[in-house]
This record gives sequence, C-alpha cells and structure tokens, in this order.
Amino acid sequence: MTQVFQSTNDAGHVAPPASGRPPGRLARARDHGPDSIKGTLVKVVLLGLVDAFAVYVMMMLFLSESWAILAVAALVTLAINWIYLRKGGLPAKYLAPGVFFLIIFQVFVVLYSGYIAFTNYGDGHNSTKADAIAAIQTMAQKRVPDSPTFKTAVLKQDDELFLLFTAPDGAVSLGSSTEALAAVTDAGTDSTGKANSVPGYDTLNFAQVVANQDAILAISVPVSDDPAEGSLRTADGSTAYAFKPSMVYDAGTDTFTDVDTGATYTDNGEGAFANANGERLATGWKINVGFDNFVRAFTDPNLRAPLLSVVAWTFTFAIASVILTFSLGLFLAITFNRDDLRGKKVYRVLMILPYAFPAFLSGLVWSGILNPQFGWLNQTLLGGAEIGWLTDPVLAKISVLVVNLWLGFPYMFLVCTGALQSLPTELDEAARVDGAGAWRVFRSIKLPLLLVSIAPLLIASFAFNFNNFNVIYMLTGGGPRFEDTTRDIGSTDILITLVYKVAFGQGTGRDYGLASALAIVIFIIVATVSAVSFKQTKALEEVNR
Amino acid sequence: MKLPNSSAMPVSRRVFTIGAFSAVTAVALSACGGGDKTSSSAPATAQDLAAGGASTITMWVDAERSPALKDIAAKFKADTGIEVKLVIKDFAAVRDDFITQVPTGKGPDLIVGPHDWVGKFVQNGVIAPVELGDKASTFSATAIKAMTFNGSNYGVPYSVENIALLRNTALLPAAVTTFDEAVAAGQGVVDAGKAKYAFLVGLDPKQGDPYHLYPLQTSMGSAVFGLTPEGGYDPKNLVLGGPEGIAFAKKLVEWGDTGSKVLNSNITGDIAKEEFKNGKSPYFLTGPWNVPDLQKAGIKLAIDPLPTAGDKPAQPFVGVNGFFISAKSANALATTEFVTNYLTTEAAQDSMFATGGRPPALKASFEKASSDPIVAAFGKIGDNGVPMPAIPEMDAVWNDWGATELDLIKGKGDPATDWPKMAATIKSKIGA
Repeated sequence: MTQVFQSTNDAGHVAPPASGRPPGRLARARDHGPDSIKGTLVKVVLLGLVDAFAVYVMMMLFLSESWAILAVAALVTLAINWIYLRKGGLPAKYLAPGVFFLIIFQVFVVLYSGYIAFTNYGDGHNSTKADAIAAIQTMAQKRVPDSPTFKTAVLKQDDELFLLFTAPDGAVSLGSSTEALAAVTDAGTDSTGKANSVPGYDTLNFAQVVANQDAILAISVPVSDDPAEGSLRTADGSTAYAFKPSMVYDAGTDTFTDVDTGATYTDNGEGAFANANGERLATGWKINVGFDNFVRAFTDPNLRAPLLSVVAWTFTFAIASVILTFSLGLFLAITFNRDDLRGKKVYRVLMILPYAFPAFLSGLVWSGILNPQFGWLNQTLLGGAEIGWLTDPVLAKISVLVVNLWLGFPYMFLVCTGALQSLPTELDEAARVDGAGAWRVFRSIKLPLLLVSIAPLLIASFAFNFNNFNVIYMLTGGGPRFEDTTRDIGSTDILITLVYKVAFGQGTGRDYGLASALAIVIFIIVATVSAVSFKQTKALEEVNR
Repeated sequence: MKLPNSSAMPVSRRVFTIGAFSAVTAVALSACGGGDKTSSSAPATAQDLAAGGASTITMWVDAERSPALKDIAAKFKADTGIEVKLVIKDFAAVRDDFITQVPTGKGPDLIVGPHDWVGKFVQNGVIAPVELGDKASTFSATAIKAMTFNGSNYGVPYSVENIALLRNTALLPAAVTTFDEAVAAGQGVVDAGKAKYAFLVGLDPKQGDPYHLYPLQTSMGSAVFGLTPEGGYDPKNLVLGGPEGIAFAKKLVEWGDTGSKVLNSNITGDIAKEEFKNGKSPYFLTGPWNVPDLQKAGIKLAIDPLPTAGDKPAQPFVGVNGFFISAKSANALATTEFVTNYLTTEAAQDSMFATGGRPPALKASFEKASSDPIVAAFGKIGDNGVPMPAIPEMDAVWNDWGATELDLIKGKGDPATDWPKMAATIKSKIGA
C-alpha cells in the first residue's frame, strides 16, 4: 500500500504551478526566516521537545542497560541538535527528518531482511543456542509415573531455602539443593494436614516465596539415591512432584543423552542437536547459513518447475494491471474533464469509491460475487450459468485482472484528472486552430505531456502491482493449483504470494530465512525494472524539452 | 473454511516485516522494560514484590475473552497482591508475536489460545510444561489429551469445541445414525418440496474443507496420523493414505459433482449457514459457533450425533482452548500459581463459559453448562472426538489434503491414484 500512498503524494507534483517566483517571497523570508524571533522561538520549542523525548528514551535505555542502542540514540540526538542549531546548512535542515525516518522504516528493514536471509531463522530455529538448551532441558523434565503429589511449604534457615514436603500419607520430610531429603517429626501443620513449620526454620509467606522465586524454582531434592525415582521440585511453591529428566545435557561435550535409549544428540552444525541417525531434537537455534537460502530458492525442484510460469504471470499481471487501469482511468478522466458536463463532482466521487475500500476486503467480496453457483455474477447476470471464474486457470487470471482493474482505476483516474487540468488549454486551442482532430490532439499533444508527469507514477504502480499480495491472496489464493508440483502453487500466484506460501504455508513451519532470501530476489527484480524505466522517463523528459 | 481452532495461517503481507519490526519494537519496548530481578533475603512485603519485578503477571488475551478473566484476576490480586495485566492482542497475530517475542524476554507470562499451537510453541521453545497433578482428573479426558504433548501437559484447558450434526426439527423430527440415512431423509424433505438441500456442509470452492469432512472419514476407519505408545500423534506414521482413506476418497467422488451432489464445493460455510437459517435444509454439519445465530433466526435445533459413513464411530476433530505459560516468564512461580490454582477453579471456568459460550473443559463447570441440552449434546460428541493434531507436521497436511478432497468432490480425479499420491506428497514434505 505504501507505494500507492507515496504516489498519491507525488500526485501533488503533477500540477506544478510553474509560474516563477511569487513577488513577495523575499519580503516574507524576512518575517519567517531562520533569524526572525518567531522562527527562533518555534525552533527552540520544537527542538526542546525532541530533546526531551530523546533524553527520556536514553534514560530508559540506560536503565535497561542497552548500551549499543543508547550510543546510537545519543549520536542521533547530537546530530539533530547540530544540524538545527548551526547557522547555514539549510538543505540538511530540510532533509534530516526525512532521512531519519527513511533510515528507521526503510533502510533498517531492508538491512534486517538481508541479515535474516543469511540465517535459518524460523520455526525450530527461533532463538539462541543457550535458550534452546534451556528449553530442551525444561521440556525433558517428566513427572515420574504414578508418583504422589506432595503438599509443599518453603522454609528458610540462615539464608538457605528448604522445601517441606507432606506426602499423601501424612509423612513429612525436608530437603534443599544441598541437604538430602530427611524425615521430620516435629513439624507443625495447618488445618488441611499440610506441614508448614519446623522449629528453627522461618516459614515464607506467598509474597516472600514470589520474591525468592528464582532460587525456589531451582531447588531440586532427590527422592532417594536411585535417580529413577526422580527429584522433587515445585513450580508454584505449594505443591511438588517428583520429576526426572528424559534428556540429560552434558556441557563438557555439548551433547544431550536420551536417558531411556542412551542415544546421544550432538550439535549438527545446522542449528540443532541430532543423533547418529540424523534424527533431530525439535527445538533448535538460529545460526548463520550463508547463501543456503538463496541456493535452496533456485535448486528446489518443486519450486523451480513452477517458478518460470509464476515469474511470467507476475510480469503479465503487473504490466497488464498498469496498462488497463491507466487506460480506463485516463479515458474516464478525459470524459469527465469536459467543461460542459453536468454533475461532474458526483460522478467523480462515485469513481473514487472502489479506491476507498480496503483491498483485502474487496478481494473477499469479489470472491463471493464470483462463486460459480451462488455468486451474484453467475446467478443474476448470467442466469444461473455455472462458470468457474476463480477455478478455471485462464478465467481465474482474467478475473484477477478485472478485479484489480476495478480496484486500481480510481487512482489512475485521480492522477490523470489532476494532470489533465494542469495542461494549458491554449495548447488544445492552438492545435485545433491548426486543424488537428480530437484524437490527434490527444495522441500528439496531451498524451506525451501527460506521460512526462505520470510515467514515474506508472512505474510506482508497476512496482506496487508486482507485489500486489492482497488481491491475489484474497481472491484466488493463488489457485487453481498447478498439477506439476507438490507445492501449493497455482496459476494466479505471483512471486510475492509464492514467497508467502513457500515460507509460511507449507512444510512444517514458517521459514523467515527463505522468505527473506526470496524477498530480496524480488527486491532486486523490482529495483532493476524501476531503475531502467526511470532512465527511460528521463529520456522522455528531454525529448519534450 | 471455518476453523476457529486451527492454526491455518493468518493472512497478511505484514508477516514479512514482522521480523524486522519486532526488532524496532524491541528497541521501543526496551524503553518500557524494567530493571532486573533481585532476590532479597529480607522478609518480603508488597514492596519486595515490586522490587523483585514480580508484582505483575502479563497475559495476552483477545478482546472477546478478556472480560471473562477480570474477576479471577481481581481475586488473585486480592489474595496475593500480584496484578494480572490483561493485554488485548489481535487473535490473528498473537501466536506468531508470542513466538517472536518470548526469546527477547519482552513477551508475556501467559497466553490464551487453542491447543494446536502447542506443537509450534514447543518446537520454538517458548512455553513451559505445567504439571496439573490431581487436578488433571477434574478436566475432560479429551481436553487433557489435547494439552499433552510429548508426554507432558502444556496448558490448562478451559473449553472443548467440536462439530456436530444440526437438525431442523421443523423439517425432520427424528434423528438417524448413518450418513446415507441422513441424506435419504433429507432427500425426502426435498422431494416433498419443503427444502432445497438434503444436507448442508460448508466447504470452500478453492480449498475444500477436510476439517468438516473428517468425521465421515474417521467413520470409515481412516485417520491422519497414527499414535505413539504414549497416545500422542506420531509424525513418523502418516496413515492418511491407507486403504480406508482410499475407500473414503471413492465415497467423496460418489457424493460429489459427478455423483449424488450431496457435497457441493460451491457452498461455503457462510452460504450453508444462510441457507440453513432460511429453512432450506434439514441438516447442517457445523460447530457451536453457528448455533446462537441460528437460534436467533428462530430455527428449532436438535443436535444429532455425527453421521457415520462406515462401521467405525464418527470422530470429529476437537479443539481445546487453554492457557499457556511462557518459557521465559520472569515471574514463573506466581504465574504457575495463578494458572494451576486459580484458572482451574469452577468460578474461572464458569466465567469463561458465560462470556465465550464454548463448552467448559472442567467437568464440574460442564455439568452446570449442560443444563442447556445443546451444550450437553455437543459435549457428548466431543467426548468421542480426537484432538486436532498439535504436532508441527500437521501444517503440511491441510493444503494437500484439502486440495485433493476438492478435486475428488468435483469429480476431477481418480481416488485410487490421487489419494495415495497426496499421502506421498505430504510424507515427502514432513520427512515421514
């Protein structure tokens, strides 16, 4: 969407006043220029607000000990102050806010995607190796089968925490991380029969338990010398169960051992622990994988086969969408640009309506309209014909284009109307005096002039449609599916929906790494096409000059 | 496809930037994060709680469920001084946000969601097991089975949800047991000119809908995954493509466009609901989420057991909603206390039912809710159901499964070859 909005803003440039400098400009500059009192005041207040916010953010960063980000924040704040407090350097003052937001919202995102593309980040590779080891250890703690529930109290003696267990039969025992489990006979009990105090020990109340929770959660008291009976642990400070690990981690050799089968799992270099048979533990971690994701994108046979037709359709879809929307928008703009047309404003508002609906909503609505049996189109307009608008490969493509035309022409209508109104009417008159017909005037005079201002918007529109995820995904979901691939890729899939499905809708999980790699490939394609086209546009401008 | 409990992917292009933005968010959030935890050895007071960073528990919940939790959170605060902060999140994005944010340490302590998220959570190491102890027996067995993954329990269930056969008693007063009988009875109503469709089930013209057709499939003895010795689903044992599955595939062709046309892929869930609401069909295969609207429309409903197409019981997929604890909760003990000793209470489960209308997982609360015969009937069918597979491998199954069923219903495929081919494709994707 952003591209469209940006282009909408650009539309403001379509109608340049181009009438030279207004005469009063110099006089006004003295009133509101950088040196006037009012200007200085505004500057000081705005800069003060920015600095206050920056100081607040930096304080918070300091408290959370995020040193790197703190340093960056400090540098950015200094730079902003330097730019606005020094004399001169006017261009920097205009550019600074834009560059700042460009870096945060565009450059950073692109760089981050670039970084992700070289990792295996995704399901099963979600965090660091330390996190993965901790998670596997936590999940490996299994309750010893048929072991009883112990009511538990937390006691303290000389800064050491103890757990006081009451077995279902009323037997009371005490233990800690260092003290082995020992029977207690002189324990005090509460009304439910749960032991809650022992002479010589302090009993912790719930608030104290919570305040010491890390230490309490770490207490593990072996039930007996036999490790098969497990160790008592509490998770809530009031009940304990005997747990024993099904996997044991050895930090020295960096391996997990399955207690039951004896199989060892070692770091397989791909961000997971695997045994000799290549079976992996489900939880792995994020590592850098170099160009693996790019290699995979181009070598996976199930991806390669349909890739060519998807690329072809992506270009067809993007180019056809631009041509169709531009043609219809321009035609309507010219039609409604007649001075003698009545109710022009009403028509124009009606024209813009499709543009006002969110694209994904329109996609869903159209999907209903095009239902083969119950859709309004087949049922009402075509008298009950069962035409598979979205399920036949060719018709689905046409449907997608038509719906996108419906969604896209108001934008072109808007920009063309703006551009047409900025064309001097003298040109038109002069051409007519010279004996040119309406078509000739349009083709030889208006269109070339229009293209100078609109061509960049057409390129932007191409880039937008190249990645027009909403329409495709909501209307056809990319279907109907191709027969020659096991992947869920279909005739109306464009690259971006293919990336989405490959990375998120398939296999056994989301794969941010592969998605980022494919996204970068798309970025390179779009950037190349745009760069080449912009060059062409420049040539167009020079011809007109 | 109406799948309130499935992890069918939320749809958004945003997902691509989530990773990137979460980093930005992390920067912003780090501004709000607090100091680190200190454990004081002096007797703790409310101030100690605050100093220990332990005075709050953060729970991610969607807007619909949040009101139901206010009372129990207030009780917890009154008892312990610890506040449960309910942070309202968009349901469509909450699962992925949780997976992304837990490792950064900025995630919540607790999250509410369906049980089939568990596999993905475990795979990413973001949730911790919860030992329910004796309390496990106070919940419906299906609910506990659903929350169990790799032999450990990972959540506290609060609702159990499954589909059933809805019958319009004005059109058909008596229940039948088999699918063929149901279709015949429905056809009788159609022939009498009182209805338009013999049988309605919401499918999808683009993707099919294996979820709603699953009871018919299980009644013919076909399932998706085999079971491990502990009773969980075994990703290495995909049984979908077996001979029972092929028999079911043949039936799909019989029922489809080239056969009796009982199954019509053009009828989406919304269309089916609309037609049933207008009294155009005696039968509608759907879940409890559609019941309130149908009752409002004045349809007299009976909830029949799921019809069988074979000689086995018709088992629907059961979706269980519950509470899960973050693996990196900074307040794990208090969170566990809240989850195991407060959210398991009758009051909490009653309140969740009163707000959400989903049949409670706690037996005592279910008993109370069963005064409504519709809840009781859905619950009875659910007891017979199987949990929706939570193993991450299930993600790879839906797409091919749905597409193949769709082709068969449309009469575009040969069951004897397409069905095993589908199973082989899925197997290659999950490496089974």
